[in-house]
Amino acid sequence: MISMSNNPIDQGARIVVIGAGQAGFTACAKLRELGHPGPITLIGEEAHPPYQRPPLSKGYLLGEMTEDRLYFRPINFYQERSIDLRLSERVGFIDRVSKVVGLSNGSTVPYDRLILTTGARPRSLPAEIGGDLEGVFYVRNLADINSMAHHFRPGQHVLIVGGGYVGLEAAAVSAKLGLEVTLIEASQRILQRVACPQTSAYFRNLHGKEGVVLCEDTGLKRLSGEDGHVRSAELADNSVLPIDFVIVGIGVVPNVELAEAAGLTIDNGIAVDEDCRTSDPDIYAAGDCASFPWRSRRIRLESVGNAIEQAESVAKALMGQSSGYEAKPWFWSDQFDVKLQIAGYSQGYDNVATRKSVGDGVSYWYYRGGDLLAVDAMNDPRVYMVAKRLIEAGTSPDPTVVSDPATDVKSLLP
Amino acid sequence: MPKISIIAKDGTPFELQVEAGSTVMENAVRNSIPGIVSECGGACACATCHVYVDEEWIERVGPPGSIEADMLEFAYDVRSTSRLSCQIKVSEEHEGLTMHVPERQS
Ligand SMILES: Cc1cc2nc3c(=O)[nH]c(=O)nc-3n(C[C@H](O)[C@H](O)[C@H](O)COP(=O)(O)OP(=O)(O)OC[C@H]3O[C@@H](n4cnc5c(N)ncnc54)[C@H](O)[C@@H]3O)c2cc1C
Ligand code: FES
Repeated sequence: MISMSNNPIDQGARIVVIGAGQAGFTACAKLRELGHPGPITLIGEEAHPPYQRPPLSKGYLLGEMTEDRLYFRPINFYQERSIDLRLSERVGFIDRVSKVVGLSNGSTVPYDRLILTTGARPRSLPAEIGGDLEGVFYVRNLADINSMAHHFRPGQHVLIVGGGYVGLEAAAVSAKLGLEVTLIEASQRILQRVACPQTSAYFRNLHGKEGVVLCEDTGLKRLSGEDGHVRSAELADNSVLPIDFVIVGIGVVPNVELAEAAGLTIDNGIAVDEDCRTSDPDIYAAGDCASFPWRSRRIRLESVGNAIEQAESVAKALMGQSSGYEAKPWFWSDQFDVKLQIAGYSQGYDNVATRKSVGDGVSYWYYRGGDLLAVDAMNDPRVYMVAKRLIEAGTSPDPTVVSDPATDVKSLLP
Repeated sequence: MPKISIIAKDGTPFELQVEAGSTVMENAVRNSIPGIVSECGGACACATCHVYVDEEWIERVGPPGSIEADMLEFAYDVRSTSRLSCQIKVSEEHEGLTMHVPERQS
């Protein structure tokens, strides 16, 4: 795709944003901050004003946070800035010829520029294996969490299907609240898709110590229920586990169907260029739903930092300030008393250096040849901060120096 | 409901009436104070909510915790009065607390 020249939009240009999550909210807020005076409509199918998702598997699930503290902004923010926030409305189609989007209530909204921030949805368990039973939950939306909250009572037995970050965080919260927790992962190891064996081992040990029963290389055969409610799980080794409820965290799929039906190019997400523009020059996409060019390939990230940066890039591009989005991937996860911070993007690594800091800090440094790609830092914020700077600057310290406990991590900065 | 004030980098003062128990970051964000980014929403994971606490307040507000101090060490233009605003919980004793937003967050 060739990046087009960026002329600022007209002052009166009507901007419509589909999906009122992290990226949708950020795009609208940034457009107003940069001074776009024209109409902005933000359409979201959920009932809540835009909110943060990370606490859904952390503080909010633990019951440490009230719902209103999840909202990015109070509702009057949207009114004060004339952002027409339409909640509980789903967009059913995009008509690129007449330049309108169609809502589930039958009305249409015209646009001059359209921004797709439709996010991703959890991959679901097939109904054939009991995925449609009551007591089977996902961790994506506030509504998901609110509907499972009453199960979080000491002694309840929860089965967590999937050992990615969301599943592991849900396991940690459940264990903290006194539930009996079994986590199964079909691949050989937890976090297989996103982390090195060392990081997997670190979290395997942590969860084991905290009483989570963690079964890797263990698929789910089927869930069975009584009166429509899940009661037991049969695992691939034919063992049967009595359970009270199930949390499924087996990854997400990007919400591309609207874009696909409108004929936009899809490639593991809605394909966008450096300015987050889709194959239609009047339509942009950002966040979990978008795949973008990165270091001679195309990737899609599922993280807050990425959703914010891409959404801000869209706003800048619309205002004629082409920024050329340059991803600076980063992520965090909280499990028990461990804070994991990840700088960079580890896919394609071929060797890993280990660093043990003073105290309980541990970090794993991912290299391809001599190039530093990413770092997983556990309870080691200094390493994370240094690594983030190194990776963004394209600087790669020698792995033997990194691993040497005598090296002060600060001295690695150029 | 103590009143606190945050001075944006262009000098604009924001006076906020805040709930005891809430964090400075939450209030800054709710009121869209420019320069407080807060990507991680208060998880002490991003260091984009950095503020300078006014000298006369630093003792009452207290020093950063250990994770916070480690993050701050590498923030942009750190000073002895630097704090991450998501880690400052406002209480009744903070009536009049004044802070400044740094030039940039990273
Ligand atoms: C439990 C959990 C924990 C997480 N923890 C972390 C973390 O620790 N760190 C981190 O960096 N990231 C984390 N993430 C990921 C992060 O939350 C996402 O990457 C981010 O929310 C993506 O923002 P988005 O705007 O692209 O999508 P979303 O926030 O998913 O928003 C998309 C919105 O669009 C709506 N929508 C979709 N289609 C339509 C339609 N046709 N009409 C109307 N509305 C529509 C959806 O309902 C949704 O509300 C976590 C995610 C989850 C679920
Ligand atoms: S908001 Fe991220 S560290 Fe304070």
